[in-house]
Amino acid sequence: MSDVVLSIKNLSVAFRQEQALRTVVEDLSFDLLRGETLALVGESGSGKSVTAQSILKLLPEHSAVYQSGSIEFGGENLLASSERALQRVRGNKISMIFQEPMTSLNPLQTIEKQLFESLMLHGKATQRERARPKIVQWLQRVGIQDPQRRLSSLPHELSGGERQRVMIAMALVNEPDVLIADEPTTALDVTVQAQILRLLKQLQHDFNMTVLFITHDLNIVRSLADRVAIMQSGKLLEVGDQTQVFASPQHDYTGMLLSSSPGEPPPHISDQSDVLLKVEELNTWFPIKAGIFKRTVDHVKAVNNVAFELRHGETLGVVGESGSGKTTLGRSILRLIESRGFAGYGREQSNLFELDRKALKTLRREIQIIFQDPYGSLSPRMSVSDIVAEGLRVHERLTASEIDERVVAVLEKVRIDPDARHRYPNEFSGGQRQRIAIARALILKPKLLVLDEPTSALDRSVQKDVIELLKSLQSEYGLAYIFISHDLEVVRAMSHKILVMYRGVVVEAGSAEDLFTRPTHEYTKTLLASVNSPL
Amino acid sequence: MSPLNKERWHRFKKNRRGYISLWLFLCLFLMTLPAEFLANDAPLMIRYDGDFYFPVVKEYSELEFGGDFDISAEYTDPYLAGLINEKGWMLWPPIPFDYSTRNSNLTQPAPSPPSDVNWLGTDDQGRDVLARLIYGFRVSVLFGLMLTIATSIIGVAAGAVQGFYGGKIDLIGQRLLEVWSSVPTLFVLIIIASMVTPSFWILLVILLLFGWMALVGVVRAEFLRARNLDYVMAARALGVADRTLIFRHLLPNAMVATITFVPFVMVSAITSLTALDFLGFGLPPGSASLGEMVSQGKNNLYAPWIGISVFVALALLLSLLVFIGEAVRDAVDPNRTR
Repeated sequence: MSDVVLSIKNLSVAFRQEQALRTVVEDLSFDLLRGETLALVGESGSGKSVTAQSILKLLPEHSAVYQSGSIEFGGENLLASSERALQRVRGNKISMIFQEPMTSLNPLQTIEKQLFESLMLHGKATQRERARPKIVQWLQRVGIQDPQRRLSSLPHELSGGERQRVMIAMALVNEPDVLIADEPTTALDVTVQAQILRLLKQLQHDFNMTVLFITHDLNIVRSLADRVAIMQSGKLLEVGDQTQVFASPQHDYTGMLLSSSPGEPPPHISDQSDVLLKVEELNTWFPIKAGIFKRTVDHVKAVNNVAFELRHGETLGVVGESGSGKTTLGRSILRLIESRGFAGYGREQSNLFELDRKALKTLRREIQIIFQDPYGSLSPRMSVSDIVAEGLRVHERLTASEIDERVVAVLEKVRIDPDARHRYPNEFSGGQRQRIAIARALILKPKLLVLDEPTSALDRSVQKDVIELLKSLQSEYGLAYIFISHDLEVVRAMSHKILVMYRGVVVEAGSAEDLFTRPTHEYTKTLLASVNSPL
Repeated sequence: MSPLNKERWHRFKKNRRGYISLWLFLCLFLMTLPAEFLANDAPLMIRYDGDFYFPVVKEYSELEFGGDFDISAEYTDPYLAGLINEKGWMLWPPIPFDYSTRNSNLTQPAPSPPSDVNWLGTDDQGRDVLARLIYGFRVSVLFGLMLTIATSIIGVAAGAVQGFYGGKIDLIGQRLLEVWSSVPTLFVLIIIASMVTPSFWILLVILLLFGWMALVGVVRAEFLRARNLDYVMAARALGVADRTLIFRHLLPNAMVATITFVPFVMVSAITSLTALDFLGFGLPPGSASLGEMVSQGKNNLYAPWIGISVFVALALLLSLLVFIGEAVRDAVDPNRTR
């Protein structure tokens, strides 16, 4: 059990930038033991993926420089090996699975051909017909239904989870000693993630394989890993037994990382506060057209018959997997997508879906949206002050100095240094950008904010800051939130009420407390179960 | 300049070939722009009888210099030159011919080879090749520039409207474009040339009429992509009007793709003009044009100085533009800015 399979010693990796070298991994050493699962944990930019890719020397040759150190595997130093020698190791002795199942399979080739290729490259098969039983056996092993028939499928015919299963089959078909899994489940829904993790665990057990598992999700680490290695900005902070590290972290940063749960549930709001938005029979259907005359033959019911009520100062959490229609729901309410039904807003209960252009424009300032990707939601060509002031310029006639005053005030509210307002978004980190996006929405003093996965692209520790900010703004201004997320922990920390959506329909709705403690619908139960214990 | 543009300019400068090409092109363009002062059959300045005369900008009668008839002065005429030199002096431009001047004092029959009077020789009508090159270069660049600016404005506008509104407008616009772009431009030009003598402006309008589609596709695609970007959605949710949305958020995106194409559009505009001139459907006979010189070179193969000169000039101009274009493309490549 305790013999060392792969040993990294004093590894330093740098990237060439213009003339200078930027070190991304610094003096890193750890061992991988036979049959264990080592979880490499860290926030984005901590160098965990670079470490993993260095093992097989997969980093782009023209920009990556291996400054020092060695990676020993099977009596050889991989860093000093020739390309030919490395090719014999890659996919044969050491395999890798990547995060994005969509792009790591060749879209133009059948899965049989792709599996056969990894066998053939390492001389384990020469003819496709002879290799077929083995391929079928592996597809079966990774849980592909009816493998015989799926051999000639192309990647786009498979679901995200199935693609990741095929990737695993491809990586393991040569029965490698070491498997490097680089965030293999991050792009998947939680229920699928649980299946994939279970599969990996099973296969590891069957083949006595060593797994280096890269992730930022501590729930996965807790249930999967034997040992944990924590990385921060290129340095290895600590390595140790999983239970030990979790119980008594040696390093401050580790403690911070482990304790950064998104926070307590929000305080109750009084039952007396007025209803701000009342939605009934909301339908957003996209027509499916066929034939030369493009007649509508059917509809994709992205949001089907949804109803809810939202009061001032209240947060409605919308939960569901990808494709469940939660984003469409948010955009429908903002009328970024046309839909039918009733959405009574404010005291007059005027229907949002029947407003004309002019009435809509005045309401635009009261209903705002914040997007998931803080990199995409700010125009790279405008300075922060222009971005934040955009809404003011549309809705109010103010002088330049008045606008500037308001911008400074709102930036202070979201805790961005107002002196930085003339800089451009690329100079800010993800968390700061999300604050700027919040400032842009807030400057118009809205009453309702639609938050579309506002924290999903952020690291755990930054997530916590943003959530605290959102909560304090809510209690200060009595904002109502529609909080869309797939991350149940975050939703728990934000929401008073919750809608659980599945394929465009609300399967369960109720107060957050009831839903989390006593879920009634089967789907909600699996969702909760797969988050709390991914295995 | 925003940091993004600063970085782009920096990257453009780092491409040595493109950067040098840009300077070389600008030098050539700025030098040929005042072609009248560089190559002319009238002196730049005359001092005669205590007065200054500027024949380049103003026409004078022979009588003013003591000639016999009230006709416009021919300064190359030895008799008139003698009269002027008696009571003053003449300052000639470096090349004492303009594009249509026939050198009547040739020692050999036209086309005559390069000599110290006609540095690049003369064509078969005794006109100075260098003077014609300078004027031809200017016409080509100006024509290319104007055509490029006009096609860009129309193309970007059409692409923007189609991409932004999509749906029926896009569908109809695309079909119209397909029909329009299948009209054979050359035949239309030949027909028009048989009815009116094409001038600079008529050619510009016709080539514009059939050339404005070049950028529509790129801009349309860019708009279709960008109108669903998060920051455009965010602006829409703020209630920003369509026009502001187009100009402030979408157009800058599309401009990147457009700017990449501009030097290449210019190359093709210059090539079209040259080709038309070569075939004889271009600028009116006698005007300075590179295409007409190419055809002279072809007809007078035994006088290689014509063909070689115009070939070098054209090759230089087009290569410079292509090099600039490549450098611009690398500098604004969105895959590298992200």
